[in-house]
Order: sequence, then structure tokens, then C-alpha cells
Amino acid sequence: MSLAELICPSGTPAALRTAVDAGADAVYCGFQDATNARNFPGLNFTPDELEASVAYAHAKGTKVLLALNTYPPAGKVDLWRQAADTGARLGVDAFIVADMGVAHYIARTYPAVRLHLSVQAAASSPEAIRYYCENFGIKRVVLPRILTIPEIRQIRKEIPCEIETFIFGNHGLMVEGRCSLTNYLTGQSTNMDGVCSPASDVEYTRQADGSMSSQLAGFTIDCFGPDEKAGYPTICKGRYTAPHRPDGYYAFEEPISLNLSRLLPDLIDAGVHAFKIEGRQRSKSYVRGVVSAFRAAIDDIRAGRQANIANLVALTEGQKQTQGAFETKKWR
Amino acid sequence: MAVREMTKLTLGPIAYHWSADARRDFYARIADEAPVDEVYLGEVICSKRAPFHEADLPATIDRLERGGKRVILSTLAEVMLKRERKATEDLAAMDTPEIEINNAAGLFARGKRPHRIGPFMNAYNEATIAWMAGQGATHVCLPSEMPAPAVAVATRAARDLGLRVEVQVFGRASLAVSARCYHARAHNRTKDNCQFVCEQDLDGMPLRTRDDRPILRVNGIQTQSESYIDLLPESPRLIADGVTHLRLMPQAVDMVSVASVFRDALDDRLGVGDAEVSLRDLCANVPFSNGFYHGQAGYQRIAMSAPA
Repeated sequence: MSLAELICPSGTPAALRTAVDAGADAVYCGFQDATNARNFPGLNFTPDELEASVAYAHAKGTKVLLALNTYPPAGKVDLWRQAADTGARLGVDAFIVADMGVAHYIARTYPAVRLHLSVQAAASSPEAIRYYCENFGIKRVVLPRILTIPEIRQIRKEIPCEIETFIFGNHGLMVEGRCSLTNYLTGQSTNMDGVCSPASDVEYTRQADGSMSSQLAGFTIDCFGPDEKAGYPTICKGRYTAPHRPDGYYAFEEPISLNLSRLLPDLIDAGVHAFKIEGRQRSKSYVRGVVSAFRAAIDDIRAGRQANIANLVALTEGQKQTQGAFETKKWR
Repeated sequence: MAVREMTKLTLGPIAYHWSADARRDFYARIADEAPVDEVYLGEVICSKRAPFHEADLPATIDRLERGGKRVILSTLAEVMLKRERKATEDLAAMDTPEIEINNAAGLFARGKRPHRIGPFMNAYNEATIAWMAGQGATHVCLPSEMPAPAVAVATRAARDLGLRVEVQVFGRASLAVSARCYHARAHNRTKDNCQFVCEQDLDGMPLRTRDDRPILRVNGIQTQSESYIDLLPESPRLIADGVTHLRLMPQAVDMVSVASVFRDALDDRLGVGDAEVSLRDLCANVPFSNGFYHGQAGYQRIAMSAPA
């Protein structure tokens, strides 16, 4: 059986301490700039905050993974190199990378520090993963959320590195690292700026009849009746019309959370080494609740006990949840 | 202008599920009439479509080469299933024609033998391009969302390493790919029982916002821009920055005429203003955009200031 490490989101130093205290095996975080894929206002770490946070985490036996998982546009590569230099100096346990130039720089400059391949690299076959392993010494791959468990089991047999999968949180459905939807509407790039459907471009408009529309950069992403709860206008979770769908439908995916708690034992059995909880933008109380529940479940499974899956399922109670691609090919 | 004559016009791979007949006719006309120098063939978006036109590939290559075009085979952008892994490996094993790789699985299979880097490979910067050049890349197509300053820096670096550089100057931008087929989803099907509904939409399936504003196009697992990128007015600047190849993506319009307009503009036989009017006429009501290149929202059309 794999170790089944629990990898937890840390959007702020406070969230990091919360995740560490709740039993995270590792936390992941980023700097306050374009070098990571959650470059949102009010999130992330200054170098000083990261230094203190590494000390806090290490004192409790928790690893710190630094996300440098965006793609530097030409002419700005130094910002990513400096972030790697700072992370190495502060003693982070691994870098999470996507860009080949960034991976090559770290592999050459800091060969002793582990490299994890971000989901943003979109490596979804054994050959792609082996390319990164053989060229940059990648120790772990974060798999795209598009594979079934039998496919993950097969990949595990054909690659020389560990596997990390998302288990809970936002259900990304585009191949990450290959999405320019946000840049098309807002002028800010997910790949180059770390921005996805930015709050600064969001507007909600209420009509006289009580209905509501949500907009991103002036484009209507969805409309809601007076009794419907208005959702955040993420482009790939919006409702649109098509020639065969004149009434408006979720063209890509419903606003829905990924919750693989029921599949946890199967994923461990398939050889997944680490489970990632999404949500660096979430509150401390959210982090505390989710991390504690998964900590208990994984400890039960490790000890050969029946895990109390009901607690995990309840975390998204009242919200729609999915097992996405992991459960069945029909998702595709 | 000497430097302009060296600039190659290319035709990217067909992104849509055009029928075998439509493809045969399309490439016959391209071979005979279109002033493009290089043509990319192969299924890049959906591996289920490949069997429909694979059998014609040798004849199409022959036809294009007899028409004086250089042919390059493009690999799949997404590689996950066994048949996709096999298709990628098979293409990577070929000596001729050249191949353009769109997934790291292709890089793995190709090793250090010469290859082109496709637009799905995320070659955003000089460090990544230098790495790729060291692994046998001879040519790189930059991601279409790159802004002008980054294009200039990346191009200079690539040219210094001896690589050729390509930028898409016409056609819908690829904005996302997914494991899920959104064409099938629109028809309440899944990817495995899609019955190839994507063949109905020769220029992609239009999505409109609920207040009826055109926004995106669905092409199987791919999401594209509603607008066609048009960087014809920006082409002199691209060429001055060292870009060697300008890519036209096949859309459901008269691509021979589109190519002729670009060629004539590049060769100074047609002014930019007149060329733009001609392109507009050829593309009916499709909006044009150049926002990505100008560092703005991709859908936007930024007016070029008149040359001094």
C-alpha cells in the first residue's frame, strides 16, 4: 500500500498553520505574483511569510511544496528563477513546476530539491510523464483530473515516479495548462499570469423581476431566476445556448465540486501516493474541516479500519458533487 | 522587400471533422491554387476521427508535394488512450515527412531526432525554447495567446539558436482542450457514443451567451474563439521581429483566397487596407480579433495606428 500522503492547500500563512495543525502531511503554497496558478488578490506568501511558515511546518513534521506552476512569458523568466532561488534558500521540500525551462533551471541549479510535475503540465500518458522524469528528474506527477481509476493503475505500472491525484474541491475540466478562456475574455492569462476568471472582472446585475445575471468582463456567463442562487461566473461553468440547445445549458460542466472520498480506498489500491485537496482560495474553517476529515479517513484506511466516508461526503452536503472522470468513462 | 520574400505562409491542420470528400477537394485546391509554402496534415483534436481520413493521407501528401508544398504531419494535442499513444508513437517513428509535435508523449517518442514544436506545446519563453532546441527542435510555433513583447523576445532567442518561428495569423484560436467532448454533450451523448455529431459544424458549433452574444465555438474536445485571429496588419512587425512562418488555420471560408490576400500583402502587391477589406469580404460576418497580440482580451480588435 502507498503512504497516501495528504497534500493540503495554503493560500495564506494562517491557512497553512491550520492545515498543518489539522494533520496535513504536506502543504502547498505560492508567492504573491504570477509564478503560481492561484495569483489572486489577498492570497499567497511574501518570502518572509514563507520562511516563518516553513519553520512552523517543519517543526511539526509537515512538508512545504512551493508551486511555481505557471508558464513564464519570454522576457520575464527571471521572476520564476528568483522565486526558485528564494524557495531553495528557505528550504522548501519540493517545487511544483509545469514549464520545461523552469524545470530545467531547478533540476540543474538545485538537484537536491524534489521536483513535482504540476497538473498544469498536462502529462496524461506514461510517455509524457516519462519525458519529464528522464529529463528533469521529476519525483512525482500530479495527474490531470481526466483519468479513470483503471487508467491510473495502468499508468502507475509504466512510470518511475509517484502519483498525486486531486481528491476534493474545484472540479477543473479543461486540460490544465492548455486553457486561454480567461485571457480571451479578460486579457489576463491563466498560463502566464496565474489568473482564472478574476474577481476584478466580475459583475452581478439584478433585474426588476428579481432575476440575476453574472458577468465576466461584460460577457454574461449565466442568468439565474429569482429563486436560484447566483454562482460565480467561471467561464467553463456557465450556461450558454447552442443551435440544438436554445434554452441555455451547461455547455462544459455544471458548477459542481469534485469529491472522491468514496473512491479513496480504490485510489490507494491503484498506487496513488498522495491526495491533493484543492482550495488555496478557501477559508481557514474550510481547510480545517476538510483536512481533518480526510486525515481521519486516511488514518483509518492505513490502519486497516473501515473509514467513515459519510463525514467526507457530508463536507459538500447541499452542493452538487461529482466523481468526475475518475469513476466512469461516461463523464467524457 | 527581400526579407519578406523569405517569409513562408503555412496552412495549419484542419481542426474540424470535415468529411473525407471535403478534405480531398480542399487539399486538391490548396495544392493547385493556394500560395502557401507548407501544409500541416493530421488529426490534432480527436483520435476517433482519424480513421475517416487516414487512408487518404499518402495521396494527399503526394498531391500537395506535386503542387510544390512542403508537408508536415501534426500529432494529437491530447494523448491518453492506447490508440492515441500508438498514433503518436507511429508518427514519431517516421523519417519523412517532417513532424510537428503537440504533446510531450510525442517528444518522448521522438527523442533527439529533428522535429517541429506545435502550438499546444507551450513554448512560451526563451529558456523553454533553448531546452527544446537542445532536444532536436528545429522549428517552434508560439502559443497564440502570447503578447507582442514576448513574441519578439522568444523569436529572437529561437532564431539565435537556429530555429524557425511560426505564429498563427489567421483563424479561430484554440482556447482549451478537455477529455470531455462538448459536441457530444450538446447532443446529450458522451464521447464514446458521439456518433460524430461534430461533422455537422464545419466551422465549429457556436455558443452564445444567454443574452445572445456570440462568445465561443465548440469543436469536439476543443473550445475555440468565436472570432478569427487576424494579424495581417501586424505581419510586418512579426517579420521584422524574426518570425519566419505565418500560419493560416483552415476555416470554412475560401482559404485559397485568404492565402492569396496574405501572400499579396506580404509581397507588397496589396496594401494593408485593401487586404483587410478583402479578408472582411471573404469571412462574411465572423468578427476578427488581435487582442492577444496586443496584450488585451483576446476577442478584442485593436486598431493599428497608421504607419508613420
